Amino acid sequence: MSVSLLEIKDLTVGFPAEQGILKAVDRVSLKMEEGKTFCLVGESGSGKSVTSLSIMRLIDYDGGDILSGEIFFHGEDLVQKSQEEMIKLRGYKLAMIFQEPMSALNPVFTVGDQIAEAVMLHQKKGKKEAWQDAIEMLRLVGIPAPEVRARQYPHELSGGMCQRVVIAMALVCKPEVLIADEPTTALDVTVQAQILDLLRQLKAELNMAILLITHDMGVAAEVADQIAVMYAGVIVEEGTVEQVFSHPCHPYTLGLLKSIPGYESERGKDLYAIPGNIPSLAQLPQGCRFHPRCVPAREKCRLEEPVPHDLGSGHVVKCWLSEGAERAEKRSPDLPADMNQGEVNGGKEVRTL
Amino acid sequence: MNAPELASEQYLLETSGVKKYFPIKKGVLNRTAGYVQAVDDLSFGIFPGETFGLVGESGCGKSTLGRVVLNLQRATAGRVLYNGRDLTKLQMKEMRHLRRELQIIFQDPFGSLNPRLPIKDIIGEPFRVHERVNKREIDEKVVELMRLVGLDPARRNSYPHEFSGGQRQRVGVARAMALHPKFVVADEAVSALDVSVQSQIINLFMRLQRELGLTYLFISHGLNVVRHISDRVGVMYLGKLVEISPTDELYSHPLHPYTLALLSAIPRPDRAKRSKRLILQGDVPSPANPPPGCRFHPRCPYAQALCREEEPLLRSSEGDHRVACHFPLG
Repeated sequence: MSVSLLEIKDLTVGFPAEQGILKAVDRVSLKMEEGKTFCLVGESGSGKSVTSLSIMRLIDYDGGDILSGEIFFHGEDLVQKSQEEMIKLRGYKLAMIFQEPMSALNPVFTVGDQIAEAVMLHQKKGKKEAWQDAIEMLRLVGIPAPEVRARQYPHELSGGMCQRVVIAMALVCKPEVLIADEPTTALDVTVQAQILDLLRQLKAELNMAILLITHDMGVAAEVADQIAVMYAGVIVEEGTVEQVFSHPCHPYTLGLLKSIPGYESERGKDLYAIPGNIPSLAQLPQGCRFHPRCVPAREKCRLEEPVPHDLGSGHVVKCWLSEGAERAEKRSPDLPADMNQGEVNGGKEVRTL
Repeated sequence: MNAPELASEQYLLETSGVKKYFPIKKGVLNRTAGYVQAVDDLSFGIFPGETFGLVGESGCGKSTLGRVVLNLQRATAGRVLYNGRDLTKLQMKEMRHLRRELQIIFQDPFGSLNPRLPIKDIIGEPFRVHERVNKREIDEKVVELMRLVGLDPARRNSYPHEFSGGQRQRVGVARAMALHPKFVVADEAVSALDVSVQSQIINLFMRLQRELGLTYLFISHGLNVVRHISDRVGVMYLGKLVEISPTDELYSHPLHPYTLALLSAIPRPDRAKRSKRLILQGDVPSPANPPPGCRFHPRCPYAQALCREEEPLLRSSEGDHRVACHFPLG
């Protein structure tokens, strides 16, 4: 494994509340490499956005506290940096794009000005030069007639165009790490396909590392190299795209996949549904956080929190039931995922809920 | 569904040439400068007991169509026949009476429930409006409805904010089911929900249809959701229906290039099932100024001279599969 560009070690982020400090992210660790896309997948409230805001240290402004852990970027711990030092990094070496392109842009400045601002601030270039950089960047993200578009205001552009502008703004200083928080969720499918394609292409051109946050397993499968699935503040499964999608081992990952219409269900028949609801952070279950919704859960799951378990070559699962799963994976690598799952769950039928 | 054999008079709901234009007002005199052609000359029908899925991207007019077929917005032109009666011609009083049979479920489970009412009042409201029943009877019916949609009746005095998104959507469904409707429009009813909750609500929709014999117009931009729940699917682009077909046929053999582009744009978690992509260039044009000829031609990779000049009409291709394209895909 090569040296990672950005590494999070045991990050815990808390929010003060009536019930005490709620840990939205609990001992999360991940590694990002140059030129690779890392996807954090999870449902609302799983802590994926809090993780990304912590890397940028924007969490300080959202009322959260980094309670423990380290975030190494080029060997320096971002957690220890002051906000003044972070301002120099943000929008320069570390860039971020958000879900709502319309609200991420300032309506009273032209899009060219907004892109040039970052260049003038971080690269100490003059106005003219920065403007040229902005136009060049607009061209790179595929906006036709960039000289004209640069003089327009956000309301004159469509949603897809605005998202391209936001991407241009994030990339204009050639960042090493790009964090994209649900970058296509507000867009239509055909535009989403364009933007995902663009991200893939730019990643190769600029050799940057992308942290993509999404709730959509399909989007993750399209663009990710590495995937981590989050549930209630912890990473429950992590691995390469192939490992996680071809051999999902955590019952939650498998449940998420099976809930997608058309994944394995027959049209018009009942869909697989994970029973119950996502627990509130104030009342996290004991033991494994997923156990109340997990059909094959055992006694041990109710009592002890599972420890990360390596199934081999970096496919890590936090589940007591995954013990002995390597055997199944090795024996039948070509079987569909849910047949392997039968082994993982001790042969129990997961479908009959 | 034996839909193909039925004659057209057996549609539960039918539109013919229905249009909905919104005027664009400009200047101090508030003169009408043009029209947004949200729905333009649509004719289609929905059979009793079926689920008709309507897909398309934002701004294509699918939600407007959903409102027009319920007469929540009066059509600018054309007819909307429900059980043979033209809704656009009905008096206010007659329409109000018919509303019992026609219901709608909205996307946003946060915005569509009054935050100041306990949910027993939200679910019970249709009874107070439409029926003369006393408090105790309403209470009994509320309990029954909550059981029907999988909510705990003991929580009927709670307020909407005490419920999760999925539970709130169940409240919206219970309210829509209160008066035993026959026809329900579900407008992006599962789009705002997380996947694990979404599958629960989709199952609820399908169960209610089996138990109560409902007919759905299921509007969504989520193509795989529509595929799962629908018997037939219509694809909209810029105010026009470009393709209508039984679901399996549409997803396996799309005839319109736009449908193909939509289908190939679905990100799939199973890499093996992924097909070759047709990524469209450009954006959806403004419905205030749609392109001449076929409205899709500026983005269509297969467009020819004829497409720029003449508007293609929706016509039968094979059996029940209809497409509006001069050069449908083979």
